[in-house]
Amino acid sequence: MNKGLSADHLLGIKHISKEDIEVIFQTADSFKGVINRPIKKVPALRDVTIANLFFENSTRTKLSFELAEKRLSADIINFSASASSVSKGETLVDTVNNILSMKVDMVVMRHPTPGAAMFLANNVDAKIINAGDGTHEHPTQALLDTYSIRERLGEVAGKKVVIVGDIKHSRVALSNIFALQKLGAEVMVCGPTTLIPKHIAQLGVRVEHNLKKALAWCDVANMLRIQFERQEINYFPSIREYTMQYGLTKHILDDLNKEIVIMHPGPVNRGVEITSEIADSDQAIILDQVENGVAIRMAVIYLLAAKIDRV
Amino acid sequence: MANEIILNSKQFELTINRLCYQLIENHSDFSKSAIIGLQPRGIYLANRLQTVIKARTGIIVQTGGLDITFFRDDFRRTDRPLIPSATNMDFTVEGKKVVLVDDVLYTGRTVRAGLDATMTFGRPSGIELMALIDRRFSRNLPIEPNYVGKSVDTIEAERVTVSWNEIDGKDEVILHTTNE
Repeated sequence: MNKGLSADHLLGIKHISKEDIEVIFQTADSFKGVINRPIKKVPALRDVTIANLFFENSTRTKLSFELAEKRLSADIINFSASASSVSKGETLVDTVNNILSMKVDMVVMRHPTPGAAMFLANNVDAKIINAGDGTHEHPTQALLDTYSIRERLGEVAGKKVVIVGDIKHSRVALSNIFALQKLGAEVMVCGPTTLIPKHIAQLGVRVEHNLKKALAWCDVANMLRIQFERQEINYFPSIREYTMQYGLTKHILDDLNKEIVIMHPGPVNRGVEITSEIADSDQAIILDQVENGVAIRMAVIYLLAAKIDRV
Repeated sequence: MANEIILNSKQFELTINRLCYQLIENHSDFSKSAIIGLQPRGIYLANRLQTVIKARTGIIVQTGGLDITFFRDDFRRTDRPLIPSATNMDFTVEGKKVVLVDDVLYTGRTVRAGLDATMTFGRPSGIELMALIDRRFSRNLPIEPNYVGKSVDTIEAERVTVSWNEIDGKDEVILHTTNE
């Protein structure tokens, strides 16, 4: 019988095993049932306190984590960089240790610096969940994406998934690549040369610059948002030109002689990477991804909470 | 280790039949009733009750399986499995007379969790409890069954196992006693 996770923290998909991912999925199946009941709450974590530390803007990830924690009956405290003493010069470890001395068991952290979650896990005494560290990893997003593929297509193994768009600045892309590969899917990245990291093929992914060819190859297309906030220079001449080459339209999908699954991690720039018509179609599982996000985060938090020192 | 058969397959059948007649007596047409089996092993009793009641009366009683893992009171205290079995509840319990059923009633802690879990599916008009085997005098909580297949007096070192034809190949209840 199952004893839970082997990992002590969720820092990135790179650091967790395929077995751990499957345990998370199995647990998320149960939580998906829970969040569709008349009363969507279980008492499992009523003696656990979680701090949500967001050193970077987030709307949906923060809401999703908060909801997951509340559905598990955990006590939560929220902290965002704009309202904190970070601007007063306090170090990350000091900030977090101050919070932990209020008897916090688990930290969910988003931080603009790659590796921040790992650094924290090595330096403070709490379970750490990485809710995005710069351009590095966003493990819960990759888990909910692969979970959504499994839900729609039955399994992830053997499926062909293309990730389209700003691969260079995307933690979603990197975590997705690791998760998809661990679960046995084939991965392709597609986008303008300037937005594809130079050595990404070394991760064992295919690289394609032509959207139509990529779509003809795949079963699932994960359309990423262009991260203007991370782009210090212009990587392509104009948004209009990007949309012409990499925007997903009904016209392009109609030319394929198969139905592919369309995903998007949000927030959607309608009319840029994907048209409204596609975003609202049955092929798109964007809102399923959001619902599954709560179930996946409940599973991760619950399984890590089980590893907090015994009462 | 001594094993004593406390219900053989004939007695097992008679017991289930009697429990069904008791339910029929109290629930008449079952129109506002539901039977909920507690995972993992209470579901076999729930399904058996449904089958026998249908054979006797022609009525198909709404029956579900409920997992109580997330409602337990020993999270982070024991090595119990963390991953739940399936919950199969395709109905709400709002306004219904619910019969919670389990194979063995021991400390009462599973039933306590089961009561909480049941109420996440609505507010029932009432909940009754049925146990195929009631290990008397072992309760940690003030919980008593309304319907009992057989009561046994056991000490902590003893164990009761219920075998079901569906999964174990025969209907039988055995009391295991460790000689120490």
